[in-house]
Amino acid sequence: MTQYLLSIYQPDGPAPSPEFLEPIMRDLKAFQRELRATGAWVFSGGLHEPSTATVVRAKNDEVLMTDGPFTEGKEHLGGFTIIDVADLDTALKWGRQLAAATTLPVEVRPFHDESPR
Amino acid sequence: MLAATVRVTRDLDTAEEAVQDAYVQALTTWARDGVPTRPGAWLTTAARNNALNVLRRRQTLVTKLPLLLEPETTEAPEPDTIPDDRLRLIFTCCHPALAPEARIALTLRLVCGVATADIARAFLVAEPTMAARLTRAKKKIAAARIPYTVPSAADLPERVDTVLTVLHLLYTTGHTARSGEDLVLDELTGRALDLARLLRLLLPDDREAAGLLALLLVHHARRATRTDAHGRLLRLDEQDRSRWDTASISEADRLVVAALTAGAPGRFTLQAAIAALHAQAPSYDETDWPQILKLYDTLLRVWPTPVVALNRAVAVSMVDGPEAALAEVEALEHDGRLAGYHYLLATKADLLRRLGRDAEAANAYQAALAISDNSAEREFLAERVKETS
Repeated sequence: MTQYLLSIYQPDGPAPSPEFLEPIMRDLKAFQRELRATGAWVFSGGLHEPSTATVVRAKNDEVLMTDGPFTEGKEHLGGFTIIDVADLDTALKWGRQLAAATTLPVEVRPFHDESPR
Repeated sequence: MLAATVRVTRDLDTAEEAVQDAYVQALTTWARDGVPTRPGAWLTTAARNNALNVLRRRQTLVTKLPLLLEPETTEAPEPDTIPDDRLRLIFTCCHPALAPEARIALTLRLVCGVATADIARAFLVAEPTMAARLTRAKKKIAAARIPYTVPSAADLPERVDTVLTVLHLLYTTGHTARSGEDLVLDELTGRALDLARLLRLLLPDDREAAGLLALLLVHHARRATRTDAHGRLLRLDEQDRSRWDTASISEADRLVVAALTAGAPGRFTLQAAIAALHAQAPSYDETDWPQILKLYDTLLRVWPTPVVALNRAVAVSMVDGPEAALAEVEALEHDGRLAGYHYLLATKADLLRRLGRDAEAANAYQAALAISDNSAEREFLAERVKETS
């Protein structure tokens, strides 16, 4: 089994209206339920907006702290789900369902296999 | 053979090495003991054993044991698992998660065994670029765990369509005339046709696989007349039909009829039907344009792309006249999605020429010439500019 990161990228700007979000939240809840039911769910969460982030950098003996996200762009990471499944085809099925639910692009990326040999 | 070995290793590079080693072993052993009664099976078993040895040495066998090992590791593989493995390899190489250029390169390299240098030449890139493209694709297959399987029944139609698209692209890449590259390109068209036949063999109930084979057969039947002795592109109305391979066209026709009667036709079956109708007309003037237009109507419904709309417009011009077709072509121009596609301008120019609007035709031919990168087609367009100026 391999773990995959499903990342949701959303455009910067104000949050959409509650009417717009209502069906999305409904589909997202259904997605989470189904995922957990199959045992493929590892972790998931939604993130606060990028302005709530802090970047920490270590340089020599100093630690520098900056307010704001690491990269500024037109889109930001809105949330992610980690799944544990057999192969990419299975991961892509969940990725497709998540993309359909959120109406946003979803990146499906494999984790390194860190299990002990 | 590679396909059966990949089943053991799940790693394409290791599989390739194991196959090469098997050939080397065959050279020495067969020289000494004679060629075995089933050389294919001997080679496959040797390759698999090489692969197993590599895995044991790497000790990955311990973790992968339940997934990889088949119970009959010392026997020769069953004849009917070999086609199954080739199918798995084709579907893996053509996986939609891989970039389109990677799919076609990987299919040529792993399914057809074409050398990287030859693939690079065919696609006009430097060899290191092509080698890097192949390496990246193989890495993605391994890291992202693209499964080495034939897709499930539910996924099959979509996945087969991806494979057929790769094979079609393979054929048309080899088909497009380019000066000095004929040898490599002939190989590409031949291999595309072989793969289309193989796919038909392995998926005998798939109507679109039959459709693709029919389409390639018609293209192939006409290849002797595509250009004249000087490499100049010949139009359909100028080609000597007596030099077309009638046996291939008949085979294509049988495939098309069977596919059309078996159910709702997909885009490859429809394209094949159109090509077959063209090929069966005794002369250009006897082409059954009304029937071709009906097929284009269906094709546009099934595959609503601007290129199909453009090709349909040509049929419209033959059935309803150039004026009606010009309206459709101008609408496509306005739409913008075919900007940079020189056939749009060339078609528009041709319609204007047929309407006697020579000055506008010359402009359009000139515009098409400016964006065409194919030498045979450029020559043709340049001639037309002269005629209409």
